[in-house]
Amino acid sequence: MKKNWLSYPYLVWMFLFIFLPLLLVLFYSLTTRTEDGLRFTLAHFQRFMEPIYLRVLFRSVKLALFSTVICLILGYPMAMILAGNGFKRKQVMVFLFVVPMWMNFLLRTYAWMTLLEKTGLINTFLSWLGLPPLNLLYTEEAVVLGMVYNFLPFMVLPIYSVLRKIDKSLIEAAEDLGADGFTVFRKVIFPLSLPGVLSGITMVFMPAVTTFVISRLLGGGQFTLIGNLIEQQFLLVGDWNFGSAISMVMMLVILVSIGVMSKYEKENEGSGLF
Amino acid sequence: MTTTNTGGSAVQQNIIELVDICKDYNGTEALKNINLYIRKNEFLTLLGPSGCGKTTTLRIIGGFEEPTSGDLLFNGVKINDLPPYKRRVNTVFQKYALFPHLNVFENVAFGLKIKKLDKKTIEKKVRNMLTLVNLAGFEEREIDSLSGGQQQRVAIARALVNEPEVLLLDEPLGALDLKLRQEMQIELKNMQKRLGITFVYVTHDQEEALSMSDTVVVMKDGTIQQIGTPIDIYNEPKNAFVADFIGESNIIDGVMLRDYLVQFAGLDFNCVDRGFAEMEPVDVVVRPEDIQVVAEDESKLKGEVKAVTFKGVHYEMLIDSTAFRWKIHSTEMAPVGAKVGLKILPDAIHIMKKVATK
Ligand SMILES: Nc1ncnc2c1ncn2[C@@H]1O[C@H](COP(=O)(O)OP(=O)(O)OP(=O)(O)O)[C@@H](O)[C@H]1O
Ligand SMILES: [Mg+2]
Repeated sequence: MKKNWLSYPYLVWMFLFIFLPLLLVLFYSLTTRTEDGLRFTLAHFQRFMEPIYLRVLFRSVKLALFSTVICLILGYPMAMILAGNGFKRKQVMVFLFVVPMWMNFLLRTYAWMTLLEKTGLINTFLSWLGLPPLNLLYTEEAVVLGMVYNFLPFMVLPIYSVLRKIDKSLIEAAEDLGADGFTVFRKVIFPLSLPGVLSGITMVFMPAVTTFVISRLLGGGQFTLIGNLIEQQFLLVGDWNFGSAISMVMMLVILVSIGVMSKYEKENEGSGLF
Repeated sequence: MTTTNTGGSAVQQNIIELVDICKDYNGTEALKNINLYIRKNEFLTLLGPSGCGKTTTLRIIGGFEEPTSGDLLFNGVKINDLPPYKRRVNTVFQKYALFPHLNVFENVAFGLKIKKLDKKTIEKKVRNMLTLVNLAGFEEREIDSLSGGQQQRVAIARALVNEPEVLLLDEPLGALDLKLRQEMQIELKNMQKRLGITFVYVTHDQEEALSMSDTVVVMKDGTIQQIGTPIDIYNEPKNAFVADFIGESNIIDGVMLRDYLVQFAGLDFNCVDRGFAEMEPVDVVVRPEDIQVVAEDESKLKGEVKAVTFKGVHYEMLIDSTAFRWKIHSTEMAPVGAKVGLKILPDAIHIMKKVATK
């Protein structure tokens, strides 16, 4: 295969900013600095096997899965409503849905902090009703809320775009063959929307499992996720080797979940990530 | 314009009735006062040019479109508001609409599974049906691995396997080549007779309509032009449009002098029609195969051969007389440039009332 010279800048870019850093991370994760120079070691990975770190990994996966499921439950009907033809101002709705995504992610998360705070909007409202204030911020629920809020569009949009492309005549054909509304959904619409669902799941799960900002802002540091752990190792502790090892573990989690997804996609001959 | 089938009076026999059906798509009138009776077990064909409202009529019967006004009756009961899945009608869609996520077997079994038949029965019925449409052995194939013609046959099988009371077919043989198409025409007709299913068939191919149907409904611009048996429609077209659409025709302006005498092409001809006003302008229709080419002095109507084309079974000649260019089909050929006489017998002349053209 002859390479086009146009692709060279891209290859250089890939090498400098993707391949090389990854290689460095791998290198750090497998070495340690001793008095007589660098030494190969698996100690960092062994260290990660300690319960305290495994618990962080477990919590990350748990919260990310949890958020993904909630996003799916909220996002699927939402995508259906958007794609439905009973809906006149479809473009406007989709636009409104996308607008928050243009705003900085940090800003949006900070906005939630002011809502959930002890003296925040919600608690002010509650006390105005004469109800006792709730402990909303710095809870696991707040972290999940932040993830769902931030990543919901990534669930809705791929499902919406798949649903919109479903040929209406297929729905008519199913009705013609005796399927009522629910059966049409179960036997035609849902199976045909699976590629969108799968890419939605991937696109919510990945950022959710790696986030460190949401957990820090809305979890108040009590709910260390794997992303926070990496951040700590690099910026606070300064143990680059261990940080790199955790990064490699996280890469592994991501690769495995992508693998699982693409296996499902092939079985359903999906249209790939949107 | 309101028209009814010949003999559509016995109410119990009409499985479907369309009473004064109009359909308006935001301002475009797709159907205008359609009155149509479909009898049990009949093979009825809707025939007409593109955009005349054939698909719209089928969609109203299938329940996918609501008539703007008028009533749809099924066995005498009004079913305007009955959703499609409750109608005992199945459709072969113009664009197949096969389920891409299911294989051939699952597509055909779709309706039976919804009816919750047991597995063995489903398996048997589906296999029988696939054999019937020449697709045995294709059970596991994916839909997008099939050719257009195969997909079309899957669509037919998927609808027919449910043994509906009425089967709606929207140009079901459009994608097939001539040979397969003729085979499928015979097969469909046989199935219709054997299974005793009422067929409502849409096509814009007049040959197909004439060869398969018990009743042909000729449509134009959302109105019914004529309803009748294929022979009626061919031999007694009601107006120039039908005559032209059903087979080729020479259509020439004429004047009815009195009963049984018509003037066209500058000459008087005896004919078999009566009941027109004296001196009423009419359309005169003569089929190309009904004109005999004779020696020049044997007929008052003379002309010169302008073109000859061999069409397989016959020759097509274009012959210019003083006022008109005649199209003539004959097994014998007159050479280009020859001066000939044209002979038209009285019963070959069809007189039609002029329709006000918009
Ligand atoms: N959903 C729709 N919205 C607006 N106009 C429509 C719609 N469906 C059909 N029409 C119009 O109604 C008229 C009849 O259409 P229809 O599909 O019934 O024609 P047809 O006889 O089936 O033609 P063809 O042989 O090309 O399939 C056409 O003018 C078409 O443009
Ligand atoms: Mg059509």
